[in-house]
Amino acid sequence: MSAGFDTVVIGGGHNGLVTAAYLAKAGQGVLVVERRELLGGAATTEEIFPGYRVDTGAHRLGGLSAQVVADLGLTGHGLEVLAADPTVFTPVGNGIPLTLWRDPRETAESIRRISRPDAEAWVPFTELVGKAASFLQAAWTTTPPDVTGSDLGDLLAGAKLGLKLRGLGRKDMAEVMRILPMSIYELLDEWFESDLVRGTVAASAIGGLCQGPMSGGTVYTFLHHHVGAGAGVIRPTERVRGGVGQLSEAIASACRQYGAEVRTGAPVERILVDDGAAKGVVIAGGEEVRAERVVSSADPRRTFVHLLPPDAIGPDFARKIDHVRFRGVCAKVHLGLAGLPDFTCLPGAGPHLEGVISISPSLEYLERAYDPVKYGAISDAPYLELSIPSLADPGVAPAGKHLASIVMQYAPFSLRDGAWDEAARNSIGDLVVRTLARYAPNIEAVVEGRHVMTPLDLQERFGLTEGNIYHGEMTLDQLLFMRPVPGAARYRAPVKGLYLCGAGTHPGGGVTGMPGLNAARGILKD
Amino acid sequence: MSPRVFGRPGVRPEGPELLPVFPPEYTAAAVLRTTPFHRRTEALCEAGNWRRWSGFLAASSYELHHDREYWAIRNSAGLIDVSPLHKYRIQGVDAERLLDRLVTRNVAKCAIHQVLYTPWCDEAGKVMDDGTLCRLADDVFRLTSALPNLRWLLDNARGLNVQIEDVSDALAALALQGPNARAILTEAAGGVADDLGYFRLTEGAIGGAPVQITRTGYTGDLGYEIWTEPQHALTLWDALMAAGRAHRVVPAGLLALDVARVEAGLILIEVDYVPSHQAVIEARKSSPYEIGMGWTVKLDKPGFVGRDALMAERARGPEWEFKGLEVSWDAMESLYGAVGLPPQLPSEGWRTSVPVYAGNRQVGYATSGCWSPLLKKYIALAHLQTPHSATGTHLSMEITVEHHRKKAAARVVEPQFFNPDRKRSNPGRADRS
Repeated sequence: MSAGFDTVVIGGGHNGLVTAAYLAKAGQGVLVVERRELLGGAATTEEIFPGYRVDTGAHRLGGLSAQVVADLGLTGHGLEVLAADPTVFTPVGNGIPLTLWRDPRETAESIRRISRPDAEAWVPFTELVGKAASFLQAAWTTTPPDVTGSDLGDLLAGAKLGLKLRGLGRKDMAEVMRILPMSIYELLDEWFESDLVRGTVAASAIGGLCQGPMSGGTVYTFLHHHVGAGAGVIRPTERVRGGVGQLSEAIASACRQYGAEVRTGAPVERILVDDGAAKGVVIAGGEEVRAERVVSSADPRRTFVHLLPPDAIGPDFARKIDHVRFRGVCAKVHLGLAGLPDFTCLPGAGPHLEGVISISPSLEYLERAYDPVKYGAISDAPYLELSIPSLADPGVAPAGKHLASIVMQYAPFSLRDGAWDEAARNSIGDLVVRTLARYAPNIEAVVEGRHVMTPLDLQERFGLTEGNIYHGEMTLDQLLFMRPVPGAARYRAPVKGLYLCGAGTHPGGGVTGMPGLNAARGILKD
Repeated sequence: MSPRVFGRPGVRPEGPELLPVFPPEYTAAAVLRTTPFHRRTEALCEAGNWRRWSGFLAASSYELHHDREYWAIRNSAGLIDVSPLHKYRIQGVDAERLLDRLVTRNVAKCAIHQVLYTPWCDEAGKVMDDGTLCRLADDVFRLTSALPNLRWLLDNARGLNVQIEDVSDALAALALQGPNARAILTEAAGGVADDLGYFRLTEGAIGGAPVQITRTGYTGDLGYEIWTEPQHALTLWDALMAAGRAHRVVPAGLLALDVARVEAGLILIEVDYVPSHQAVIEARKSSPYEIGMGWTVKLDKPGFVGRDALMAERARGPEWEFKGLEVSWDAMESLYGAVGLPPQLPSEGWRTSVPVYAGNRQVGYATSGCWSPLLKKYIALAHLQTPHSATGTHLSMEITVEHHRKKAAARVVEPQFFNPDRKRSNPGRADRS
């Protein structure tokens, strides 16, 4: 048995490390135990092909908290964030493509070549998105109120905080409340006529969702991805120099500086529960680590079903956890490239390749990509988000080579026919390359290496239940005070001494550091 | 106004065309399910007095009045079809762990072929249901309940290595209750149950039908429940009726059973308490301590559902107690006498909420009551606020005399109004020793 710690954190993903760093900074004795040999969880960088540094999970940041960066001095630990400009390039087969720039006026000029009314609408649209996202940002930094409890004061305080913090005017507030539950399809109908603009914006609303752009509530997910995006920026593309794993390494380095211990290759077999309270963890092989409290950055299903003894939580809570929806729909494809893709609509190299390349020619294209997944089948023509990090950060690929990282939707975790075997895995790789080839016919010729991760692979590699990249779907009923489930949204589990700090808690998924920060604040308050 | 036509389903009365009658396909049995004994019970049910029990047709009384059936339970033997009970078979290495988590009693201490009577609670320590739990083998149990419980069982079984099977339709059951029950079984089952202890199980055969016999029942009398597969049901019924003839066995319905169970002080779900998952307001829920089941709560066993709440409740003391009331005969005589009537006695058990007073202040409510033909007393089961629940306390219960609400003096007693030695005694074993 190991010596006792104040806190043991399960999982060395970025949120687990953020919580650990804050607790260690506050003077606690902290141990982080990570299952894999490398840190970062789904924010990690691995050498999949020789000489390539591949972000096997998330390949861009999702509104990384400036507070976390500042509080933990991450820049001093080697973190360098690279903000791409342009942020998005949406190619077409033939015709005029769309490029989104950080400056909305520049974007409007790009749009003007496609649609004059859309160009006029662009800047006001980004202003609405900015206001709504800033409203969400206020909620992000707040521990959600407990609406299941009887403490009405708590609820009011939470609501007031959310309302007051940003000082949104009455009119803006009403508009935000109106649009939040809408589908992105309905919202964009009110703003834009061009397929390309609608498809490019809508793609940001469906990431990681087993829903299409015509599904209700997708405006919320769209706004979620724009918290902290910066004024006028739609679909921000921010990477980390050296790969997103460098962020995790920087947080781990901060942890160690504050005195926390970080262990890799130490999979937690189960959480020790004694007399109804979490007392530590058992590492595979039987080693017991005792601690005053246990903080799990694993997703709620993994934490409550796989890591806790079956009778540690009551049947009512267990039923709620059973009903958390995961339903992963993302596959990941990594390509080692001998040369850059050459798009027929905009031939040659250029800045358009430096953001993400979005295969989303129309909103209807995205909805059609979603249709088959409802019945357990893979998209015929999938949505792709392709990133070539080696342009801005040549160190991630061998000299003269390039790396492409692609998120593909939709590939359902639960296939109606067949299983996620080698053949299915290869079919995803073929589908992605074939889809790209419609826009950049040279792609097949320049691919030197190919690595495919199915939703099942995401589950196996990262411990993401059903391959859901956000530790539970980011739908309206699984957010805020309902994340992961009502009654447990304040980072405290219904087992004494057990806390949650991962993306399965408020405010949810993406490389933000916010769940980790909020959890640490809650733990230090107790 | 046209006269209404009553008659047997599908049978048109003679004479001119009157009002439409039920279409020929309509029978009570077409709407409700019938038990495996129905061919026998239907033929015997002269009164046609059926009621619904868990979706099944169950005889309220076989004769026009349940009197003879009641007296059989107390003086000879009544044979009651209890097949509509819900039954679950729970098997696996974690079966004991699951059940110890579920129920308030200590399942680890339950021997093979022992039966436990037990309630189970929600996480707030409020009673959801009650029933019997029988250990058939080391890792095999059978749970009976009044309401469906499969989902709750499955919810509690997450992560445990158990198989849970709803065997409600796979088991027919008869209750043989009354002082002659043992003698009938001696004849019918060849003595396997002669020295069967109270709340124990044995296996055997009756009329060639393989059976399990438990010394359990809902009458507070000497009695057994006999379990068999549905295809053997009629064989079992016939064999028991044949063996019982000399011992004056009488098929008994639920009206007779209800009087017997009130005399025995046995609580009835949805009558004497509201199952917590059906309660629309908190105040309708009851803890085991509040409904006379405190004795079943084993707080010293670890981590069962509701334990924390029950610990807290025991520490502060329950607010309610479930007790018996004996209504004063003199009070009845004078209240009825004032309007020129002899006391009107409820020969059928009633199931309404009746206020109970200390002076002019209501301190509780009775939920079941009846005239006890055996004890010659008007008795009731009541929820009383704890300061007024001590045995011997003088209270009054509302009775309605000729449309006027009156109060009749009543005394608080232990709820087991009738508790004969023969319920638990074991002469078979004593004879041999």
